[in-house]
Amino acid sequence: MNRRPAAAAAPIVALRGIAKRFRGGVTALDPIDLEIGRGEFLSLLGPSGCGKTTLLRIIAGLSEPSGGERHLALTPDTPGARRRAGTAGRIGFVFQDPTLMPWGTVIGNVLLPFRLKGRVGAAERERAAAEIRAVGLAGFERAYPRQLSGGMRMRVSIARALVTDPDLLLLDEPFAALDEITRLGLNDDLMQLWESRRPTVVFVTHSVFESVFLSTRIAVMTARPGRIAAELAVDLPQPRQRALRTAPAYAALCAAASGELAAAMGEGGGR
Amino acid sequence: MRRTRPRRWPRVAAPLLVGVVLLALWEVVVRVEQVPVYILPGPVAIGKSLWIDGPSLFGSLLVTLRITLAALAAAAVLGGAIALLFSLSRLLEISLFPYAVILQVTPIVAIAPLIIIWVQQPFLALLVCAWIVAFFPIVANTTVGLNSADRNLLALFRLYGASPAQTLRYLRLPTALPYFLAGLRISGGLALIGAVVAEFVAGTGGTETGLAFRILEAGYRLAIPRLFAALFLLSMTGIAIYLVIDFISRLLLRHWHESAIEEQEE
Repeated sequence: MNRRPAAAAAPIVALRGIAKRFRGGVTALDPIDLEIGRGEFLSLLGPSGCGKTTLLRIIAGLSEPSGGERHLALTPDTPGARRRAGTAGRIGFVFQDPTLMPWGTVIGNVLLPFRLKGRVGAAERERAAAEIRAVGLAGFERAYPRQLSGGMRMRVSIARALVTDPDLLLLDEPFAALDEITRLGLNDDLMQLWESRRPTVVFVTHSVFESVFLSTRIAVMTARPGRIAAELAVDLPQPRQRALRTAPAYAALCAAASGELAAAMGEGGGR
Repeated sequence: MRRTRPRRWPRVAAPLLVGVVLLALWEVVVRVEQVPVYILPGPVAIGKSLWIDGPSLFGSLLVTLRITLAALAAAAVLGGAIALLFSLSRLLEISLFPYAVILQVTPIVAIAPLIIIWVQQPFLALLVCAWIVAFFPIVANTTVGLNSADRNLLALFRLYGASPAQTLRYLRLPTALPYFLAGLRISGGLALIGAVVAEFVAGTGGTETGLAFRILEAGYRLAIPRLFAALFLLSMTGIAIYLVIDFISRLLLRHWHESAIEEQEE
């Protein structure tokens, strides 16, 4: 089952020999080679502490690798906008926690990427409002995060990540802290958002079911040191809807992914 | 878990009732035991003194209040500015913070005479004394607040290419606001204490007489009811300062900070 699908012609993310050692000598990532094609939905699946989050932060540029090269092919931002603007806003990031500013309203939080670019006009406000509608929070624009449920806060976080129409959307176990019902609802909605716009997504998760339902490709990671043990193409039909969760093909792929994960943990020191 | 909040009126009426009962008890004890008025006057005698000396005491209160509020304002502005400097440079923080602590732990009574000698202008001398007492909680709290920004939000700001000024304005300052206000709440009371202590030390050195000097004076003259009346005004002033800061703090934080949220609207 270890098919290695070739990434599309020009990969949007190309990692070559990316390694990460923390001070104190802990090796978080063994040299990793990974290419992610434009429009792919890639899941990084692995046990806790396998370096998935570290890898995601390196892709985002939030963490420097100790070795190796990272290439991103992002569309440049509007030229001449601002000095360091560059590719700011071409990457959207969703953390494990909603990571909202508690003093800001929903719309204030979603407008943050524009505010940091130094322009918040009528167009930006309309864009943010549209994004809030897209994640199903119409009518909550003026609400404060503390007035929202955990799932709703995560929706705000997703709207903020999508508001700049990023080329690359990075999600770090965004639904891990949510209950099952909320989680399934958010999976469906994320799928719908992805299908309508097709950004490239890298999704970190430790849930086999989630990764199979959402991804076009799964990279299974092992812990200590983190490396990619296996890759798995998920050739399920698009668009993916709720009914898929009970389809035999889905079950078969979940079994395959579980097998890869178990094998990876067995060999990779899942002590 | 949230304590069940009592309804609105008992929150005012209950402590008020306790106060009335205690005052009545005080009056009864003073009368029954026939305590001389120069040792412990009853509430009625104090009230009478407050009525008679009220206008002149109130004038003194304004003098003390002016020093207190000026010191508090200076503590808020300079304390906030120092904290901001500390947050911008770690080196500056570690080099200067110990001296802020030294200034804080040295009893103001001990250094007030020096300050009064050094600073010629009496109002300014008292202001400096009160400021020294009041500024530390604001510096300490605001410094912590400015360094408490959420790690992931900081990462997000970096991802969107935020400048240091933007990170300060949109992230560090709002994060620090509740800390600053908590510091201000402590400093409000301390500024009043600082002003009173400085007035005690200054004695008649000043041309205008503040409430603290009136207390001293009343003590010398065994005008104990007037002493109590001045004390009463001082306490009321402290409470008023606290309430005003508390009100401002709730107003600023009412939408988002746990400390200021009135009711759970679920």
